[in-house]
Amino acid sequence: MNVRLLHFAVLRDIVGAGEERLEVPDGTRAVDVWNRLRQAHRQLAGYQRPPMTAINERYADPDELLHEGDELAFIPPVAGG
Amino acid sequence: MYLTDGRIDARALAERVTRPSDGACVVFEGVVRDHHEGRAVESIFYDAYRPMAEKEITKIMDEIHAQFPDVAADVVHRLGLLRVGETSIAIACSAPHRGEAFDACRAIIDRVKQTVPIWKKERGPGGEEWVGWQQ
Repeated sequence: MNVRLLHFAVLRDIVGAGEERLEVPDGTRAVDVWNRLRQAHRQLAGYQRPPMTAINERYADPDELLHEGDELAFIPPVAGG
Repeated sequence: MYLTDGRIDARALAERVTRPSDGACVVFEGVVRDHHEGRAVESIFYDAYRPMAEKEITKIMDEIHAQFPDVAADVVHRLGLLRVGETSIAIACSAPHRGEAFDACRAIIDRVKQTVPIWKKERGPGGEEWVGWQQ
């Protein structure tokens, strides 16, 4: 299935793109996508768990299963205000 | 819409929320300061997951409305590059009496800082850094 992975702030700088389209097997969880990112970018290797996870613009458990067409984003520590 | 790319007019925000029955209007402005943890800061770049940030702020404002039913409140957060002294966020809360206006205003800024997906990259003579991210 296909999911959209969005990158913001420090993660966009590390990955070098604001958005990726990923093809992942059924049964993929958000944290599995995080682990792919960690393997691809050594700056993230030390982060066993994602900072926070959002699926379809809502905070979600990183162990949640992904579905076709989901929009996934990992949320670095927020710093608004 | 709670997010903007332009300058914030806190006075206009206050006027929008103040009703004839209100005796108090509390306005909070968050401003870019010239230092952070001992480092000089010249500007801050604010980034956001815009649609989700709008939703999270809407959630906060709904909670505030339920918690402080007599308070009329609004908030605007600016994104993009801001220099020292510029307003990054303004919150206006008006109410018949000052107590709940102060409380609601404080509650809004505290919650915005906790949950809304907005980030800042501080820039100074020593380089730039995303606030809150430990390498």
